[in-house]
Amino acid sequence: MPIGRPERQGDQGSRPMGDDHMFGRRKEWGGTSPAHVIEAELRSSKRWELTDEGKEIVEKGSHEARVFDAIPPNGITQSDLMKFPCGKVGFNKAMSSKWIRIDKNAEGGPRIFKATDCIEDAVKNKLLLVQQGKDSKLDDKEKNELKKRKLLSEVTVKTYWITKGNSFSTTVVKQDTELTPEMIANGSWKEKKFKPYNFDAMGIVPECGHLHPLMKVRTQFRQIFLEMGFTEMPTNNFIESSFWNFDSLFQPQQHPARDQHDTFFLSDPASATKFPMDYLERVKKVHSEGGYGSLGYKYDWKIEEAQKNLLRTHTTAVSARMLYKLAQKEAFTPVKYFSIDRVFRNETLDATHLAEFHQIEGVVADYDLTLGDLMGVLQQFFSKLGITKLRYKPAFNPYTEPSMEIFSYHEGLKKWVEVGNSGVFRPEMLLPMGLPENVTVIAWGLSLERPTMIKYGINNIRELVGHKVNLQMVYDSPVCRLDP
Amino acid sequence: MPTVSVKRDLLFEALGQVYTDEEFDALCFEFGLELDEVTSEKEIISREQGDGKAEGASDVILYKIDVPANRYDLLCLEGLTRGLQVFKDRIEAPKYTRVGPPSGDMQKLIITKETAQVRPHAVAAVLRNIKFTKDRYDSFIDLQEKLHQNICRKRALVAIGTHDLDTLVGPFTYTAKPPSEIKFKPLNQSKEYTASEIMDLYKTDSHLRHYLHIIEDKPVYPVIYDSNGIVLSMPPIINGDHSKITLNTQNVFIECTATDRTKAKIVLDMIVTMFSEYCEKSFTVEAAQVIYPNEETCIYPEMRYRKEILSADFINKHVGVTETPESIAKLLSRMYLKSKVIGNGEEIEIEIPPTRADIIHPCDIVEDAAIAYGYNNIKMTVPKAYTVANQFSLNKLAELLRQDMAAGGFTEALTFALCSQDDIAGKLGKDISETKAVHIANPKTAEFQVARTTLLPGLLKTIAANRKMPLPLKLFEISDVVLKDSSKDVGARNSRRLCAVYYNKNPGFEVIHGMLDRVMQLLELNPEKENGYYIQAVEDSTFFPGRCAEIFAKGQSIGKLGVLHPDVITKFELTMPCSTLEIDIEPFL
Repeated sequence: MPIGRPERQGDQGSRPMGDDHMFGRRKEWGGTSPAHVIEAELRSSKRWELTDEGKEIVEKGSHEARVFDAIPPNGITQSDLMKFPCGKVGFNKAMSSKWIRIDKNAEGGPRIFKATDCIEDAVKNKLLLVQQGKDSKLDDKEKNELKKRKLLSEVTVKTYWITKGNSFSTTVVKQDTELTPEMIANGSWKEKKFKPYNFDAMGIVPECGHLHPLMKVRTQFRQIFLEMGFTEMPTNNFIESSFWNFDSLFQPQQHPARDQHDTFFLSDPASATKFPMDYLERVKKVHSEGGYGSLGYKYDWKIEEAQKNLLRTHTTAVSARMLYKLAQKEAFTPVKYFSIDRVFRNETLDATHLAEFHQIEGVVADYDLTLGDLMGVLQQFFSKLGITKLRYKPAFNPYTEPSMEIFSYHEGLKKWVEVGNSGVFRPEMLLPMGLPENVTVIAWGLSLERPTMIKYGINNIRELVGHKVNLQMVYDSPVCRLDP
Repeated sequence: MPTVSVKRDLLFEALGQVYTDEEFDALCFEFGLELDEVTSEKEIISREQGDGKAEGASDVILYKIDVPANRYDLLCLEGLTRGLQVFKDRIEAPKYTRVGPPSGDMQKLIITKETAQVRPHAVAAVLRNIKFTKDRYDSFIDLQEKLHQNICRKRALVAIGTHDLDTLVGPFTYTAKPPSEIKFKPLNQSKEYTASEIMDLYKTDSHLRHYLHIIEDKPVYPVIYDSNGIVLSMPPIINGDHSKITLNTQNVFIECTATDRTKAKIVLDMIVTMFSEYCEKSFTVEAAQVIYPNEETCIYPEMRYRKEILSADFINKHVGVTETPESIAKLLSRMYLKSKVIGNGEEIEIEIPPTRADIIHPCDIVEDAAIAYGYNNIKMTVPKAYTVANQFSLNKLAELLRQDMAAGGFTEALTFALCSQDDIAGKLGKDISETKAVHIANPKTAEFQVARTTLLPGLLKTIAANRKMPLPLKLFEISDVVLKDSSKDVGARNSRRLCAVYYNKNPGFEVIHGMLDRVMQLLELNPEKENGYYIQAVEDSTFFPGRCAEIFAKGQSIGKLGVLHPDVITKFELTMPCSTLEIDIEPFL
C-alpha cells in the first residue's frame, strides 16, 4: 500500500522531486477511486487501564490500608513502620485520612497507633471498578487523581476495520508501475495491470529561471508604446546636469525640487562642462528676462547652478535632450517618443517610496496638438492597460501648461485614484530649443512600481524592488497581461 | 503642494452655501484643488500626540485642501472663497486699489547699502483701519506662514514682517549691522537680547532654528528700525516684541525683505490683496515709499493690473474646442481674469490682476479657459501623425538576453543603482579610487554614497536576503552601472552589464562558465581567439587566487568570471562558495 508523503512546504520553497502521481500526498488508503483490493477504516478509542502499581493495590490493598493493618493494638515505633514496603507513602496517606495517630513522646521514639477501628479502602475500591471496566462510575477528577498517583493510565487504541474493496480478489497480480519501451516493443502492456495515478497530487516543479515581476510589467508597457507607434528614447544616462534636468524645462533655479533635500547632487564629477552655448543663452534669457511671449521669472540666472551634476530626477531630462535634437533637424517632423527607466529622488523613504524608481513617459510632438488630443492619446494608452474610466483634474507642473492629473475609477476601492500626470510642454521650454512656434508637445508620465504593486498585490515596495526582494515571490509571480 | 486648513463652517458661510463633503470634493476637483482630509484640531492632536493631549481641543470641523504650488492667492480662507465665488459666477472679482495715506505723507522705508552683503531688497505697504477678529487674525498669521514655506522658500528668498503701525514712528530704516550691535526684545520674549544671543536662543526652537542658517555666517545681520531706534524685526528670523500686532491693531505696517525682488513684490501683493478686504475701505491698500541706497524711490505695493490680448481662435486651437469669443471671455472671467471681447469681435482683452502672479504666458490663460470649460467636457481626439516605432537597440538586446538568461535557469533580480562605497570597493577587496565611481554629495545615509560600478554587490545582497531559499541560487541582472568618463558632457556615462551569480555548496565555476558559453552562442560568437571569444587566467582581488579569468570578445576585454574570494563571501554575510560572471554587453550592439 502506498504511504503518504508530507504536504509540500511551499513557504520554504522546498520542492519534492519524487513522483507525486505514484505516491499520493493524501493519507487515506480508501476512497472511491481508483481500484482497491481492500478498504480499511481507522477507528480509535480511549480507555483507562491499571498500572502495575494499581494492580498490586487491587490485590493487596492501598499502601495506607496496608500500613493500617500492620499496626498492632499497642502501636509500633515510627522507625519500624518505615521499614515496611511503601511505609512512607502509606504513613502519609493514613495520617492525612486520620486513620492513625502518632505519639511523639513515647518511650523509644515516636510511636504510631490506630486512630479508628475500621477503615474503608476507597483507593482500592475505585481501582477495582476500573479493573472491572466500570470506570464510568468514577468522575474525571477521581480518575485524574489516580493517574497523578501513577495508578491509572489512559490508553488510546487504534483499530482498522478491514472490508472487501471494489476490486477484491484472493489472487495477487503484480501491478506494474509504468509503461516501458520494452512493453511497447513486445506488446506486453496488453496483459499488464498498471498502478493507478493519484491525480490529486502536484507535479514536479520544472527547473527554470524566472523574470522579475517589475521587469515583466516593464516589458508590457514597452509593448503598448510600440503598438501605439512610439519610438524608444535612449535613457541610459543616470547622471544629468541641472541644465537638462531643470533649466531646459523652464524650472527656475530656486525651485524646491532643486533643493539638496530632494535631489542627489554629485561631488565627483560635480559639474557638467559642455553645453550648446547658444541654446543655453536662450534658456538663460527666458528665465531671467522672459521672451517668446513670456514674462519669465525675472531672477539672476546663474550658469554655475545649471552646471551642477545630479542623478536625474525624471526621464523628462532625456525628453528635453531629444526635443532639442529634433529642433536641430532641418525640417520638423512629428514624433512620438517613450521611455521607461530609473529616476532618483533624495526624499524620505516609506512603504511606497524609494530613493529610486522607474518612470514611464510618453511624448508626442506635432503641429497644433490640443488638450483633446492629449486626452485622446491617454484614453488609448490606458485602455490598453484595461483602464477605461478616466477623468482629468487641473494641476500644476513646473514645465507643462495646461497640466492635467489623470484619475481612474478603482472598482475595488470604489473611488477615483490618481494614475498619472500629464500636460502640454510650456512654450518657454520648446521655443528656445528652436522648435517651430505652432508645434505643440504633449506628454504624460507615471511610475512603473505603482501599477506593478497593484497588479501583484504587493504593499511594501521593498518586497518588490531591491535586494530585499522575496525570491519566492519572483518564482511564483504569474505572467503579466495588463488588459484583463 | 501646499495644504490649506480652513474651518468648514466659516468656509461655507463665506461661500453662502452648505455642501456635503462629496459635493465640495467635486467642486475642488473641477477647480484643480483637492479636498485632502476632513478633520478637526482635536483629531489631529489625538493622532499626533495621543488621546490624552487632545482633551479640551477644538472639535470644529476642518477642511484640509491641497492648493496648486503656483496659486499663492488661494493659500488662505479669504483668497480661496474669493476664487471659488468668482468661479461659480456668484461675485465679480473685486478691484484692488492702491491709495495715498490720509495724512498725505507716505510711510518711508530707507534701505542702506550695508544690506547688500546679506539681503538687499525690501518692499512695504500699509493696511489702514483694518478690523481683526480672532479668525481673521489667525488667518493673517497663517497666510504669512504658508507664503514663507512656499514662494519665500522657507524665508530664504523673502521674509515677511507685520507690525502695529501705531506703536512706531516712521521713517523706517532697513540696514545691516554686526550681530553684537543689534539688541532688542524679540517677539514674545521678556527681555532684550543681542543678535548673537538671539541666534543661540533659537538654536533649539523647533520652528525658528530652520531659518538661522540663512544669515548665521554673515558678517552683518539685517535689521529694521523706526525713527526712534525701535527694532521692528531682524529678518528673516524674528520680529521685535514692541510692534507686535494684536486683535486690536488698526493699522498694519508690512515689510518684506528679500534676496529676490520679484518674489518680494508678489508676496506683498498677496498679503495686501487678501486682507485689504477687512479694511474700512475694502480692497484698498495704502502705499509706502521704499528708497534704495542709490536714491531710487519705488512705491509699493505694485498691485499691477496687466492686459493681454489673445484671439479666440488661439485659445480654441490649444484647448480643442470651438467656443465663441464671448463665451471664452466669460470662461476666463470666472477664473479671476476679467475679460472682454474687443476690436473686430475676434479678440479678447484679458486683465490679469495682481493676485494672479502665476500667469506669465498666454499658455497660462489657455489653461484657465480649459479649466473653466471643464477638462472633462473637452471632446477627445487623436493626433493624426503617422509614425513608425523603433526600439532603442541597447534595450532591445537586453530584453532578448533577459529571456534567454531565464530560460537558462537563472532568476532575474532588480537591485538598486545607488549603494555604499563599501559595497563596490571594500567588500569586493578593492580600493574606491580604482572604481571610477561617481560620488553623491548629499546622501542622507551610506546606502546612497555612490552609483554602482558593478552589478555584483546587488546580486550578492539579494542572495544574503534570501538565504533561507533552497540551493542552488542562480541569479542574474541586466542593467546599467555608472562610470566616470571625461569625454561626456556630464563627465560620466552608463554602461549596460550582464551579471550572473551561482551560489551553492560547491563553487560551480562550470555552471557560470556554461552560462557564458551560452550567452556567447546566443550572440553568435564561437570559442576561438580570432573573431570569437576566449577566457584567460588573471588575478583579481575579488576572486579566489587562481580561480578568475578575464573574458575577451570582439578583440576587447568585456568582463571577468570566477570563484569569489572567501573574504568577499563573508563580507556579504554569505556562507557558501559562489561563482560569478559580469560582462559589458554594449560591444555586441
